Amino acid sequence: MPHATNFVDATTADGYLLVLAIVLPVIGILLSLALGGRFIERITLALLLAGVCVAIAIFAAVRRSDQLLVYIVGDWQPPLGIALRADGISAAMILTIAVIVCAIGLYARSEFGQQGGKATRASFAFWTLLLGIWSGLNAVALGDDLFNLYVALELLTFAAVPLVCVKGYEETIRAALRYMLFALIGSILYLLGTALIYGAYGTLDIALLADRVRPEPAAWAAAALMTAGLLAKTALFPLHLWLPPAHAGAPAPGSAVLSALVVKGSFILIVRLWFDAMPGLLTFTAAQLLATLGAGAVLFGSVLALRQARLKLLVAYSTIAQIGYLFFIFPLAGGDSGNELGASIAWTGGWLQLFSHAFAKTAMFMAAGLIAEALGHDRIAEFGGIARTLPITVIAFGLAGLSLMGVPPSGGFVAKWMLLSATVIEGQWWWAAVMLIGGLLAGGYVFMVIGKALGKNAALTLRVPIARHREILVLTVALCAVFLGLVPLQPSDFLAIGRPEMQMTALQ
Amino acid sequence: MSSAALYGYCGAILVGLGLYGVIARPEILRKILAFNVLGTGVFLLFGVFARRGAEAGLRADPVPQALVITGIVVAFSATALAVALLIRLNKDTGEVVIASDDSAESGKQRVRQ
Repeated sequence: MPHATNFVDATTADGYLLVLAIVLPVIGILLSLALGGRFIERITLALLLAGVCVAIAIFAAVRRSDQLLVYIVGDWQPPLGIALRADGISAAMILTIAVIVCAIGLYARSEFGQQGGKATRASFAFWTLLLGIWSGLNAVALGDDLFNLYVALELLTFAAVPLVCVKGYEETIRAALRYMLFALIGSILYLLGTALIYGAYGTLDIALLADRVRPEPAAWAAAALMTAGLLAKTALFPLHLWLPPAHAGAPAPGSAVLSALVVKGSFILIVRLWFDAMPGLLTFTAAQLLATLGAGAVLFGSVLALRQARLKLLVAYSTIAQIGYLFFIFPLAGGDSGNELGASIAWTGGWLQLFSHAFAKTAMFMAAGLIAEALGHDRIAEFGGIARTLPITVIAFGLAGLSLMGVPPSGGFVAKWMLLSATVIEGQWWWAAVMLIGGLLAGGYVFMVIGKALGKNAALTLRVPIARHREILVLTVALCAVFLGLVPLQPSDFLAIGRPEMQMTALQ
Repeated sequence: MSSAALYGYCGAILVGLGLYGVIARPEILRKILAFNVLGTGVFLLFGVFARRGAEAGLRADPVPQALVITGIVVAFSATALAVALLIRLNKDTGEVVIASDDSAESGKQRVRQ
């Protein structure tokens, strides 16, 4: 595959938007600290609205110009300076992040709200961490320097780990600590790889590295170390052990942001590393190895999800499985398959899988949160009658489930269909088998929940009533995942912005 | 042996020791300390690469030094966060290792009073 990014060395017209996307949440944190904790909820909600506007502006600017959006920080050129860069994926990612964080902010108001001037420590911590995660994710999506990305990823981790134990229960602290230990190992391995790359090539700028990296021991060692570190943070099988207790133990809005977005942060970095920084290193073997781990995740995660008795754990295990699908992008869109059509189809399919899973998983964790709130527990076996009392929530859960299974109409269907087409075009049928089995298993665990929920139980009483507007919010997010299924079934030109070779294929 | 090679080997040894500690020792505090040893090794490697950067005509390459300072701040914050979590866990449960989910009882090691 030819070099992915083209080098731009000047700030483009709307480049300041990129800075705004990263700085807005930080302004929110500083303002709330300066004004005292009482206002943090209102400040966050106002900033979330502004953040969605900025994200839309970035998306529109990239779409209009059909080119990268670049901001050279402090006007210092790489390799000495640091560039922020938005290509098609970054722009789509920023928009997804903004919309989902916004939805989670609205959802979290009833749990961590500060109505009536009550400002607890947990609520202050929650809003601060949400802003921190948002800023970190934006920085990961826009970064263009391997060390800068390291710092962004650490910001993300340091905001994500405490979110797990924001309520302070014993088992959540254990989960947070396990998550932290995996993250520590991951981050230091990544840093070691960065050191090797700097030592060998004298730059950490991704666009410059694309021209300099050669398949030699130093590059292989660096790539292996960095990938291993990032896989630990992405929770790819077999490094997934920390994920289920952490994601299931966090409060529902926290689980949603962790599962939908945070694990994707390190995944984006893996893609940047292999496709953008070291395109020459993504050989057939390396790509097959990554996808084998992905296939393991799909099968293992789905089977374990089927065996869960608690809803939040089931949803957490399904995250492990759905992350696995993302790794099929490496053999199908990269590697030296030499099939450009298949590659560009797989590229679009892989990213659509990321976006639709983000929306679907947000909706699922939100729905699980509402059910747990209403019943006071989330034991699937005792869900009988819930479909009658919380119909909108159960429908939202089902709609999100469509996306995980890959059933039309849903974003997950388009994504998986495109990945499947790519396996056929490129003759890598073995991944198709895994995807189909994974889809069946996903159908199994979604229907397991829906089936129990549809069961009869006259004695069912809700512990607390659930406000109608919260159910509608969950349904809206689930519908976003469904509407992603309306994108045309063809390689997207927008997601190929910044990668000339794929844009050419898409046009043909 | 040149000084760059010497420090390079030292860095490699520290990385190896740290990695062993992080993976092999069950106690959380030891894992955190091993992480710091590992980090020190990585920072030392950055120093070695700064020395080798003399190709550019400078006496030493300043970029890795800037990276190391940032890296130290990040490692410090990470350590602080991990230790804070550990202290809280220890206060609540008395554990010094993370008990696995299946064997939460049998795997629990209490601190001797």
